[in-house]
Amino acid sequence: MRATPRPGRLSPPDVLRLAAYGLRARPLRVALSALGIAIGIAATVAVVATFTSSRATLDRQLNALGTNLLTVAPGQTLFGDKATLPGQSVAMIGRIGQVESVTAIGQLPGAKVYRTNLIPAPQSGGIGTYAVRADLLDTVGATVRSGTWLNHATARYPAVVLGTTTAEHLGVTTANPNMQIWLGGRWFTVVGILDPVPLAPELDLGALIGWQAAQRYLRFNGDITTMYTRTDPDAVQAVRDLLARTANPAQPNEVDVSRPSDALAAQAAVDKTFTGLLLGLGAVALLVGGIGVANTMVISVLERRAEIGLRRSLGATREHIRTQFLTESLLLSLLGGGAGIVLGSVVTAVYATLQNWPTVIPSWVVAGGITAALIIGGVAGLYPAIRAARVSPTEALAAV
Amino acid sequence: MLRGVGREYPGGVAALRDVNLDMHRGELVAITGPSGSGKTTMLNVMGTLDHPSAGQVVIDGFDVAELSDRELSALRATRIGFVFQHFHLAPGVSALDNVADGLLYAGAGLRERRERAEAALRRVGLGHRLTHRPHELSGGEKQRTAIARALVCEPALLLADEPTGALDSHSGEGVMRVLLDLNKTGTAIVVITHERVVATHLSRQVSMLDGRMVSDRTAVAT
Repeated sequence: MRATPRPGRLSPPDVLRLAAYGLRARPLRVALSALGIAIGIAATVAVVATFTSSRATLDRQLNALGTNLLTVAPGQTLFGDKATLPGQSVAMIGRIGQVESVTAIGQLPGAKVYRTNLIPAPQSGGIGTYAVRADLLDTVGATVRSGTWLNHATARYPAVVLGTTTAEHLGVTTANPNMQIWLGGRWFTVVGILDPVPLAPELDLGALIGWQAAQRYLRFNGDITTMYTRTDPDAVQAVRDLLARTANPAQPNEVDVSRPSDALAAQAAVDKTFTGLLLGLGAVALLVGGIGVANTMVISVLERRAEIGLRRSLGATREHIRTQFLTESLLLSLLGGGAGIVLGSVVTAVYATLQNWPTVIPSWVVAGGITAALIIGGVAGLYPAIRAARVSPTEALAAV
Repeated sequence: MLRGVGREYPGGVAALRDVNLDMHRGELVAITGPSGSGKTTMLNVMGTLDHPSAGQVVIDGFDVAELSDRELSALRATRIGFVFQHFHLAPGVSALDNVADGLLYAGAGLRERRERAEAALRRVGLGHRLTHRPHELSGGEKQRTAIARALVCEPALLLADEPTGALDSHSGEGVMRVLLDLNKTGTAIVVITHERVVATHLSRQVSMLDGRMVSDRTAVAT
């Protein structure tokens, strides 16, 4: 007996051509069901890319500010009292090899700040007065918005530099020799106003005076409230472990060491929860889109029974029919996915531009979007494709 | 070749009862009979689109019952051509590509399919209509396109179900002429019709009634 006939194989371009033909014949319905997928993918891409863009901004900001700033503050004693740092700890920390610079500030709790001497005493507005050293500005990376920073001369006299929030509260817009505020019971001249200091936000609501001026005019006892150190960026962790013992060798447990850039990063991490929620919404949109595709394909199979019958009479195997409809569903979802990625990228770009962020669309998001679309197309198309393959050719041809 | 073929549908409707029909290469057979007499069922069984519930169908030496769905599909792709009353052309696709689809499942490449499709269209006298879409063709031209699609794979057997049923007599004659020409090149053709005029063109005439063959006459001259 002769060899039994074997069915021909469809080449991939032929399969694609068949699928494209099926889609081209019903453009409106294809567009609408692709839209469902597109919205889901666009939402997901936009959420992830927006998050990534904001992360990139934060990273850039942190790079500019430096992540090598460590803050040393006295914590609490074992009995819950507020601890203090010994006065010589600044010099001791300065002797650690990897420490590039160290400076200290001391708060003067008794010195309240008022715009004038006519303001009632209780209305002090929570402004903190700090005795500072000249190298504070460089160490915390602060910049002066108006006027100048304290120099050797002004640090000995009643001169003050205001934090940005302080200046706002007091209604001081520019620093000039005639601008005076009532600080600790005497007039201080405003010589400068700072920009916001992201790594040391406590300075924003501070009034900064020279160390010697504090001792001379306000009976400052030299107790250190906070120390700021800049270290070799590669040795931040090592220095961090050393700082407590160096600052207060007697009671290292009474010293709090923190890294302000960590706090900024933690803020960004909080946003992650929100991002997760939005991603969930995107996933729901994708699910609905997938159901739309399945629905379209089921209807398509019902409508195209005659075509299926004809193809079977032309020699299509069940597998050929199944492949055709499955590919059609994949192509439909891919169209939606591609449109969604473009749409999501545009949304991200517009939003990032409005926020002055760099636009970052990670390639794994694009790859993930395409993969998700293909998976949805495959799952949504499987059942309709199996149904199409099961259509009996004679019944299909009879139904005209 | 059909031997004692019967086809019963669920619910006890017997569309074919004990039909015997032996066909040879190059034969031209008309199947006539009133509606519901089992003509289309017989054609579907001969074309392996439907399976008989009794009896044996042998096509080109292959017992249909012994072939899998894949093998039957391949048999249809290479040895059997179908022509339907309602053409079943793909809308929005040129006549050339419609005909080329007739080779799609036989494993031919796109270039070869188009070349052979063009030759087939020229053969049915539609060489000037290659790029026209079905809605731009007349009824007769559509049916000739459908015939071209059926013959493009050079089948041994062509099955036509009421090929002239949806056409006026003039276009119908054109279609029949194409089929007769095709038969002269050696293709066996079965035409279902209930038009006497059409049937008289054909050398062998089989009449059906209630699922049975009631007569099988071979004319001496055509």
